[in-house]
Amino acid sequence: MRRAAFGAALFLALFLVLAFLTLPIVAIFVHTSPGDLISSLGEEDARDALWLSLQTSLAALAVIVIVGTPAAYLLATREFRARSVVVTLIELPLVLPPAVAGIALLASFGPKGLFGGALDDAGIELVLQTAGVIVALTFVAAPFYLRQAQEAFAAVDRNLLDAARTLGASEARAFIRVAVPCAGQGITSGLALAWGRALGEFGATLMFAGSFPGITQTVPLAIFARFSSDFTSALALSGVLVLISAALLLSVKILGRSAVLGGGAA
Amino acid sequence: MSGLELMAHDRLREMELAVELHVDGQRRAAIVGPSGAGKSTLLRIVAGLRRPDRGRVLVGPEVWLDSGRGINLSPEERACGFMFQHYALFPHLSAWRNVAFGLPGDRRVRRRRALEQLERFGVESLANARPASLSGGERQRVALARTLARDPSVLLLDEPLSALDTRTRAHAGRELLATLRGTGALAIVVTHDFSEAALLADQIFVMDEGRIVQQGTAAELSARPASAFVADFAGSVVLGGTARPAAGGLSEIELDGGGVVNSTDLFRGPVVALVFPWEISLEPAGASHESSALNRLPVEVLSVTEIGNRVRVGMSAPQPLVAELTAESTRSLGLRPGVRVNATWKATATRLVPR
Repeated sequence: MRRAAFGAALFLALFLVLAFLTLPIVAIFVHTSPGDLISSLGEEDARDALWLSLQTSLAALAVIVIVGTPAAYLLATREFRARSVVVTLIELPLVLPPAVAGIALLASFGPKGLFGGALDDAGIELVLQTAGVIVALTFVAAPFYLRQAQEAFAAVDRNLLDAARTLGASEARAFIRVAVPCAGQGITSGLALAWGRALGEFGATLMFAGSFPGITQTVPLAIFARFSSDFTSALALSGVLVLISAALLLSVKILGRSAVLGGGAA
Repeated sequence: MSGLELMAHDRLREMELAVELHVDGQRRAAIVGPSGAGKSTLLRIVAGLRRPDRGRVLVGPEVWLDSGRGINLSPEERACGFMFQHYALFPHLSAWRNVAFGLPGDRRVRRRRALEQLERFGVESLANARPASLSGGERQRVALARTLARDPSVLLLDEPLSALDTRTRAHAGRELLATLRGTGALAIVVTHDFSEAALLADQIFVMDEGRIVQQGTAAELSARPASAFVADFAGSVVLGGTARPAAGGLSEIELDGGGVVNSTDLFRGPVVALVFPWEISLEPAGASHESSALNRLPVEVLSVTEIGNRVRVGMSAPQPLVAELTAESTRSLGLRPGVRVNATWKATATRLVPR
């Protein structure tokens, strides 16, 4: 009897979780007809925002993958004294409120920031620029990828890497041909998380890069801009973002499952 | 090639590794010992996967490692094949791509050579299968094909048979021996199983707690174990006691926990008495003493285990004792746990080792 009650409690908990997390998303589509979704795509600044979101998030993702993958590999495979400190520092942006992240970026890369002078000398402008959006997205999304990739690399059987070495592979080749494909699933799920985080980024971008249509106004910022004037169109754009995010998440997961990363290497 | 010379000193987590050994060219060596003895660490040092505090690895005229001279070739620079305990096949690559991984040349050449290798081990039909879909025996063949594809001058095998189930192990062992004989490579096999070492190698190093405690052929180690540890490892019954000279030019050993046995080996003081399980016969507790065997201990049967056509009988004397009998005599004696019998063997079959 008691066992049955516990089972029922588990199901009830899952039901509550599911209802609470999906109802708001369902509500978006209840209020938005497919026609609204399509017509919202017809507006020029909506299309601009989508295009900008896609470009900046992909650029941030490229930076994260190219620099983050080897860094995660190092953290996962080498023991060194300051390792846990480094890991904690890397994870810090995960818990930073977006407003704090925005201020922090301004304080370091803004015109009067720590590196503002150096960037200015180099002719690089970030604040209120598209490049600034990429910096903000990279800052908030990178920890998601680093964490997942590090865990994925740590789970790779070390004997596989050793086997690669005894089969004539250099350390770099063992990394590219064995470690990366074997950690492929974890890496792609980290990719999906980071991408999702980057697409939804709002606070840090707003503070660091502003909200200028066509230059720094990504989809979340465009939604916020419409929110006060035109709730219906904000809702429609939200629906589009949900669909795109879900599609990205799904395709990355499928990509990871079919081990496309691994199958191609030989 | 004139063989392999290995010297290594290395502080491990729980012990100090201090080993010097020499394997003649064209010979097959085995390093046996309990898990945690440092066997696999030795292989890793030879392969260059671990750098010892101090060490030297010489293979023929080549110097792979000489910490004194600052020489340390990376693993990929050593002509060394390593077969890992669980084979370490790349899970994301098909069998032929696993074998081709270490081969030079363009894709076509590598594929052809990989398929030749797989054919050599009778698994060419599995070329496109991923490791996860292979049986243990098939994985071992693919791993061997992969390791030998590069024609290594030294072949290192870490517990090559332990990942197989008991039924395939015997067959796979004989096949492995034929393969090792067929290659020109010097082979070092690591195993915790003495009989496996005896099957695969003609030179055995017994290792315990980071040191080589004895080396020799399997027969030498069995017949003249230098310590109780080696004897136990080689399958002997080991009985602790104290020896003193006795009548008739024999030693008499007062066993710890009770009982007296005799030996033709002469010693005085604390010893272990060694006897092989197949030298021990059992007779009913009340039987008249007809046999010429001098040693006779009353024992209680603890376990009866059939191994093929033999039966291993575990007993308490009260020290542990093991006898091997035929199934026929097990039945006629009515042996089962709890039964009391006498264990007998000759004084000449009793080796003494000081402890």
